[in-house]
Amino acid sequence: MKKSVFFGTLMAAGLTAGIASATTLEDVKARGVLNCGVNTGLVGFAAPDANGNWSGFDVALCKAVAAAVLGDPTKVKYVPTTGQTRFTALTSGEVDMLARNSTWTFSRDTDLKMDFAGVNYYDGQGFMVRKDSGITSAKELDGASVCIQTGTTTEMNLADYFKANNMTYQPIAVDSNAEGEQQYLAGACDAYTTDASGLAATRAAYADPENHVILPEIISKEPLGPAVRHGDNQWGDIVRWTLFALIAAEEYGITSANIDELAKGTENPEINRILGVDGDLGPMTGLEKDWAVKAIKAGGNYGEIFAATIGESTPIGLARGLNAQWTQGGLMYAPPFR
Amino acid sequence: MTSASDAPDRGFRLSQLIYDTRYRSLTIQVITLIVVMGAAGWLVDNTIQNLRVLGKDFNFGFLDNRAGYDIAQHLIPYTNDNTHARAMLVGLLNTIWVSLLGCATATVIGIFVGVLRLSKNWLVARLMTVYVETFRNVPVLLWILVAMAVLTEITPAPNAYKVNPATGEANASMILDSIALTNRYTAIPAVSFERSLGVIDTALAPVSLNVLAIVLVLAGAIWVNRRLLAHASAVQDATGARPVTWWKSLLLLLGPLALLLAALGFQLHGPTLKGFNFTGGTNVSNAFVALWAGLSLYTGAFIAEIVRAGILAISKGQTEAAFALGLRPGKTMRLVILPQALRVIVPPLISQFLNLTKNSSLAIAVGYMDLRGTLGGITLNQTGRELEAILLMMLIYLAISLVISGVMNLYNHKVRLKER
Repeated sequence: MKKSVFFGTLMAAGLTAGIASATTLEDVKARGVLNCGVNTGLVGFAAPDANGNWSGFDVALCKAVAAAVLGDPTKVKYVPTTGQTRFTALTSGEVDMLARNSTWTFSRDTDLKMDFAGVNYYDGQGFMVRKDSGITSAKELDGASVCIQTGTTTEMNLADYFKANNMTYQPIAVDSNAEGEQQYLAGACDAYTTDASGLAATRAAYADPENHVILPEIISKEPLGPAVRHGDNQWGDIVRWTLFALIAAEEYGITSANIDELAKGTENPEINRILGVDGDLGPMTGLEKDWAVKAIKAGGNYGEIFAATIGESTPIGLARGLNAQWTQGGLMYAPPFR
Repeated sequence: MTSASDAPDRGFRLSQLIYDTRYRSLTIQVITLIVVMGAAGWLVDNTIQNLRVLGKDFNFGFLDNRAGYDIAQHLIPYTNDNTHARAMLVGLLNTIWVSLLGCATATVIGIFVGVLRLSKNWLVARLMTVYVETFRNVPVLLWILVAMAVLTEITPAPNAYKVNPATGEANASMILDSIALTNRYTAIPAVSFERSLGVIDTALAPVSLNVLAIVLVLAGAIWVNRRLLAHASAVQDATGARPVTWWKSLLLLLGPLALLLAALGFQLHGPTLKGFNFTGGTNVSNAFVALWAGLSLYTGAFIAEIVRAGILAISKGQTEAAFALGLRPGKTMRLVILPQALRVIVPPLISQFLNLTKNSSLAIAVGYMDLRGTLGGITLNQTGRELEAILLMMLIYLAISLVISGVMNLYNHKVRLKER
């Protein structure tokens, strides 16, 4: 009897459940706010200031997407996520998109049921050590204690690198960049390893950045990019093309200074299509015609965002390198808007 | 005239299910069962539905895949080429290890503090009260973090032990030339043998026959010693005079062990600073010590209260009777009060052991890789198998807890009041 009751209720529940959920775009529009998963605090990429206002390279992408979808770059709720919680936060629907220096890998794209919408920063894993340790190469780290953020690809790269070079190490697991900084400064580890951009950002926040060196070895490829849930292609397209719009804007010289002028119409048909003067690109993916104008106005084009948050004039001081436009010898390349 | 007590038989009506006390309890039980089943069914169905929407399946195949990450503290051999299942086992053993040591230390602390809190010495009793109240009323996570902070902040980095070529001396020096306290670990001498009897290679871990031999000799010595003591008691019962046994006991317990260790070429290997870290000895990580200390001191405060309650539960007449027989206070406590108090102490003690074991999952806060850190942390994250990993982890903690309470219930059965 117990069994039949059980299966009966199971079946009833099965029939009533399964109400079709709305698409992410509809959810975001209905909510009026974009939930964006960001780092818990990495200066230059995503960090709140004393007033709780978030800023940074990844944050700028959240703002651009919010501007494209909702027309207002301030309509973003930033959800700080750790290396451990970020993917669960995305797949469970707690955030609509993840802009949190996450590496695009095969298994994350397939098995973890996410879609990477592109690459906003080409990075690689490096090591930071104290200058007075006298170490100049990662090959000298045999036997060292290394602080490592748990739940990241860097954890695996580290194991592979030391194995390939026949060296040993003591992993010191930390949960966030802040904890890693603290452990490294306290001397609990000889070296701190994470993405080279993260190391530069971390070092910039120190009181004595000149006493720390980032070793020349880059031991992995870390294409960092925004991620969305697998299965909602429309939403994936919106995030992907917002990023491409920012990249293309730099290529075609659309800046936050001249965009109002250009949005009135120009000689260049590609610019006209991007800015919605010509054609119906926006409506094709469920957005307004001037979606890209709003997105670029939010924080400028890709180059402007880079320069303002992590570029060479900022304390973090990262060179464009691989992240320059393809016309400048970099890897930033937006497909045609047509 | 018919009697008022004769209820007219009008057959079964539906309203009887609620208003008739004969059926009411059955009705309530059936409704409760349906609600519980419905809730469980909804949960299972919701999970299946959501997994399907996400396109995820439910299987434990990931446990056989290569783990690919390193674990700092492992009791059994482990490299990043081992499987996730092995990594889980490493974590599980770390959990069991810190829980066992924690339970033992917490019990010792608890008994001492519990007894001392009842002391007539004003200062001692008040000090113990302060200890119990501070540790009991602050979350255990904070105590673990405090212990970790103290260990990392007051101890020097390993390179402080390096001899400075300019001055010819190091900033820090080792205790007795064999123990080095650092902000990462405490380096202590390791045990090694010149001669080995061989190694049995089990699937779990290689077992050294030397260790096995030592355990066997020790067990044998303890058994013989107990026979000796039993014999002494028998002689005492028969003649009234107890034969002197202490030197025989000492010889029995230590003699064979010393002989065996000498035969195996036992030696202690002091740690030496080589490169970044100490090698050659055993490095006990600060994360482990902090977790162990935090858990022991916190749970010890609870156990102290349980012990105090147990002692107070024993009638004062027992103490007075023991004093009347001429027993000193210490012996009164050890021979008369505590054995009786155990009956009251053991049941709540089981819950404290369970609490300590479950609280050990806070290990991640200090980077000690327990079950939560390996299976529920890195493995979960790298494979994306949240549901499987969490369910498996819950199942394992449940099993550990059931084993602890099973063993402790057996002990409780042994010490409880024998009723005839």
